[in-house]
Parts: sequence; structure tokens; C-alpha cells
Amino acid sequence: MTDLRELYQELILDHYKSPRNAGSLEDATHAAHGDNPLCGDRLALFVRMKDGRIEDLRFKGSGCAISTASASLMTEAVKGRSKADVEALFEKFHAKVTGEGAGGEDLGKLEVFSGVSEFPVRVKCATLAWHTLKAAIEGHKDTVSTE
Amino acid sequence: MRAAVETRPAYDVRKVREDFPILSTRVHGKPLVYLDNAATSQKPRAVIDAMRSYYETLNSNIHRGVHHLSELATRAFEAARLKAARFLNAADPKEIVFVRGATEAINLVAQSFGAGWKAGDEVLVTHLEHHSNIVPWQILRDTRGIVLRVAPIDDRGEVVLEEFERLLSPRTKLVSVAHVSNALGTVNPVQRMIKLARGAGAAVLLDGAQAVPHLPVDVRALDCDFYAFSGHKLYGPTGIGVLYGKAALLEKMPPWQGGGDMILSVSFEKTVYNRIPHKFEAGTPHIEGVIGLAPALDYVTGLGLAAIAAHEHDLLVYATAALSEIQGLRIYGTARDKAGVLSFTLEGVHPHDIGTILDQEGLAIRTGHHCAQPVMERYGIAATARASFGLYNTRPEVDALVAGLRRVREVFA
Repeated sequence: MTDLRELYQELILDHYKSPRNAGSLEDATHAAHGDNPLCGDRLALFVRMKDGRIEDLRFKGSGCAISTASASLMTEAVKGRSKADVEALFEKFHAKVTGEGAGGEDLGKLEVFSGVSEFPVRVKCATLAWHTLKAAIEGHKDTVSTE
Repeated sequence: MRAAVETRPAYDVRKVREDFPILSTRVHGKPLVYLDNAATSQKPRAVIDAMRSYYETLNSNIHRGVHHLSELATRAFEAARLKAARFLNAADPKEIVFVRGATEAINLVAQSFGAGWKAGDEVLVTHLEHHSNIVPWQILRDTRGIVLRVAPIDDRGEVVLEEFERLLSPRTKLVSVAHVSNALGTVNPVQRMIKLARGAGAAVLLDGAQAVPHLPVDVRALDCDFYAFSGHKLYGPTGIGVLYGKAALLEKMPPWQGGGDMILSVSFEKTVYNRIPHKFEAGTPHIEGVIGLAPALDYVTGLGLAAIAAHEHDLLVYATAALSEIQGLRIYGTARDKAGVLSFTLEGVHPHDIGTILDQEGLAIRTGHHCAQPVMERYGIAATARASFGLYNTRPEVDALVAGLRRVREVFA
């Protein structure tokens, strides 16, 4: 039971029920689609880059609590960041949710996903938005897949 | 829902559970409640013992050795074929081709029976098929230009027979349909569908992967041309399955894969193919799989498929009523004739989250699209949670599922 509460923390449930930055962006400069074939989740991400930084971003799609909350919290965490910043943050986030590199630096609100490391099959849910964002800002046109 | 059979359960489920060693496992400190039987079923001790015993006492290659063990292994292998023939009431064991599973059986029919098809020839499936009965035909569509027709289903998850009939034509080479839907539990009215197909001059393949564990199958009474099933959904091992085909058709069909055992003689100029069913069994087969399948067939016939059907029907009725009480729960698949599959969604909770929370309670269910994405799309959803019953499940396990779902509600309150 403690594990479950670790996974489904209030902040995650809040972002699942009321996702921030949901929708699309008409003047997006970058976009990508992400798929999680395991559960049929789909995510569309729209990004507006300006002077090498993420000025704004939105996401659309249907997913589980973990993937939706992850997308929502990610959009808050990466606004104003450069491509290099985002990649560095994704690396730390990935280490956090897979439980590799125990401890690590405090990722602020994203710490809420550290419980995911106890649920290996859910790592893909937590990282779908990040993979999609990476594809978007690297300019890949293809759909990214967690498989 | 129609009563599957009139007879009441003729076996003691508590005793039956003792035959399945895995059922005493604990998961996250809770007793395992295994409700993912449509994905794969658990194995009785007789199956596990037969496979171990094969390696300990019988292991050798079949059909060509002159030594003692090879002869014994060959005999056991062919005895299993006879058993499979009797299980389906096939006219002759040579109509039983051992394959990896239902998926391979369907691909075999597509590649071999479909070898002579031309652009414009048609295959008719239904909207409730598993991907394994969609993609093999799409491969022929993309390489050979055949046409794939799809009979629609209604909101209950029943095939619309008028539409099915309308889609049949002289161009229809094959009707390939699930006997029982894995995602919705629908038992298709295959007898009527076969009659309609016959009327149009089409051959019929039934995908029986979900049917054989739940109801008695008689291929001669059905008069289907092909019937496919997987051992592992029938309490047998993975990696082994059966393709039944009418001898007259199998004999005319070209070989599918080439290799050892499927030939009578080979020279660089000319190769003579073996007789059926060996013509379709190239290479050393999954011998221990076949040896393990035989006691699985014995096991279900020993309990009686009618008794198993009655037991599972009781669970389905009980679970349908209990789950319907849960607020925001919607059941997908309400066919009048239905096997023990309950697909559902819970308002405000993604199926994947349902699965994770139930798992913490020791409950194993399936979540996702169940390899039937067109079914999900038909209902405008991405995924469902699915509980599927086997011969060893009990009403208290259904109660555990209901308690687990209330727990899901609490977490997401």
C-alpha cells in the first residue's frame, strides 16, 4: 500500500485530473507524436522555440495517470529552457524513474515520480512525454514509440 | 446472456485448484488471483510433469531415429496428434498440423491456402478479430492485391449477420473469423456464418484460440475447413498449437516452409514432399510442447468442457452483476452468447492504472487494447481492463476483484 501511495501521489493525481498546458499551439515551430503501444496511449506535443529556448508548449492525448501527469509536469518544468538543458534534465529524470544513480539531485516537483522506480513497467508511461519532447526539438518528423 | 449449457458444474473447484501449483503463489504478499486467462492459462501439474518426464526419460528426435528412445518419442508425439484429432472430432489425425500457435496456423493458411489467390480475390473477417487474424491478410493485400472485407459489429459486440451476408460474394475465397472474441467475449454464431459462407462458395477458417478452453468444439459438426488454436490458452505449454484442415484441402495446398521432415526425397533436381500433415511440419518440431499438450487435452476433457463452460458462465453472470454495481464502470461486450471475458472501463481512471493498483492486491488482469485495436476504435476508446475466467476461478476471486476495484476508486477519489 505504501508503494501505491508513493506512485499515485496527490500532485500526480492533481495533474492527471487537471493537466496544465493541455491543448495545441497554433504557432508551434516544433511538434512530435508519441505512442506507447503497450497501453495504446498517444501524445501530441507542440513547441514554440525562440532564440534556442522553449518559449511555450502544449500537449494533447489520452493516457494513464502517470503519463498524463508526467506530460503536464514536464511542460511546466521545461518552459524557458534550452535544448541542452532539456536533454540534461531528461537524463536526470530518466535516472530518477528507473532508480538508477540512487539519490541524485533534487528535481523539484518532478521528484514526485521517484515512486515509479518501484514499478518498472510504468517507466515507459513516465518517459513518453520526454521522449516526444526530445523528438520534437530535435526536429524528428516520425512518431516516437516507447517500444 | 444465454445459459451456455444446462448442466451444473460437475467438478469440485477447490480440488481442481490443487492441480495448479502456481495458484498457491503470493503476489505482493497477497494470494494470487489470476484473471488473465484469455492471455494465457496456468498449467496443471500433469502438463508440467509430462514435459519434465519427456526430458528425463524420452528425449530424442522423432520420425527418423531407429533407436529405442526415438521410437518412444515418435510414438508419444503421434499419440498426441491422435488426441488432438479426437479433441476436435477431426476425421483423421493427418488433418492435425502442429504449429507454434493460432497465429502461426492463420499465417500458414494465408501463405499456403492463399498461394494461388489473385488481385481482387477477397477474404472476409469481422470487426472483432485479434490482430493475428487481420495482419496475415493485410500482408496478402499489400503483396498480392487481395481485398480484405470487414463485417461490422453492433454495440453489444455481435457481428451484424445481414452485413456479413451482404459482404459475401463469388470473389470471397475465405471467411476467417474468431470463434470467440478475446476482447469482448462474444461467441460468434459460427454455424450460421459457415452456412452463409458455403452458400457463397467460400472456405472457412475459425480462429479458436479463445474458444477451445471454454466450449466443446466439433469441426465435423461445424463443417469448417480450418480450425486454429493455441495450446497455452488451453492449460498447455506455450509455443505449440494446432491447425486442423480438411485432408482434401491440405493435400492440395503447397508446402509452407521447407526443410527436414517435410520431404520424402531430396535431390538438387527434384524434391518429393512428404504426406500430410508432415508436409507442413518442416524441421524438428516442438516435441516437448506436443508431449505437454496431450495431458492438457486430457485434463479439460476429463473435467468436461460442458462442465467448464457452465462453471465459467456462472462466474461471468456473477461478476457481471457485481461489477455493474460499481459506479462509473462500463462493460464492453454484452453479446447474448458470451464466454468468460469481462472488458471494462472505470470513469476517470485509465485501465493501465487499474491494472497497477489491482496488481498490488494480488490480482492479475490484462489492460490495454488486447491486440484488437479495431475493437477499441469501434467503441472510441484506447484501452480497457479485462478480467477473463478459467476453469479454476471462483466466486470469492470475483469478490476480490470487486474489492480491488473499490480500492482503485479510493486511490483516485
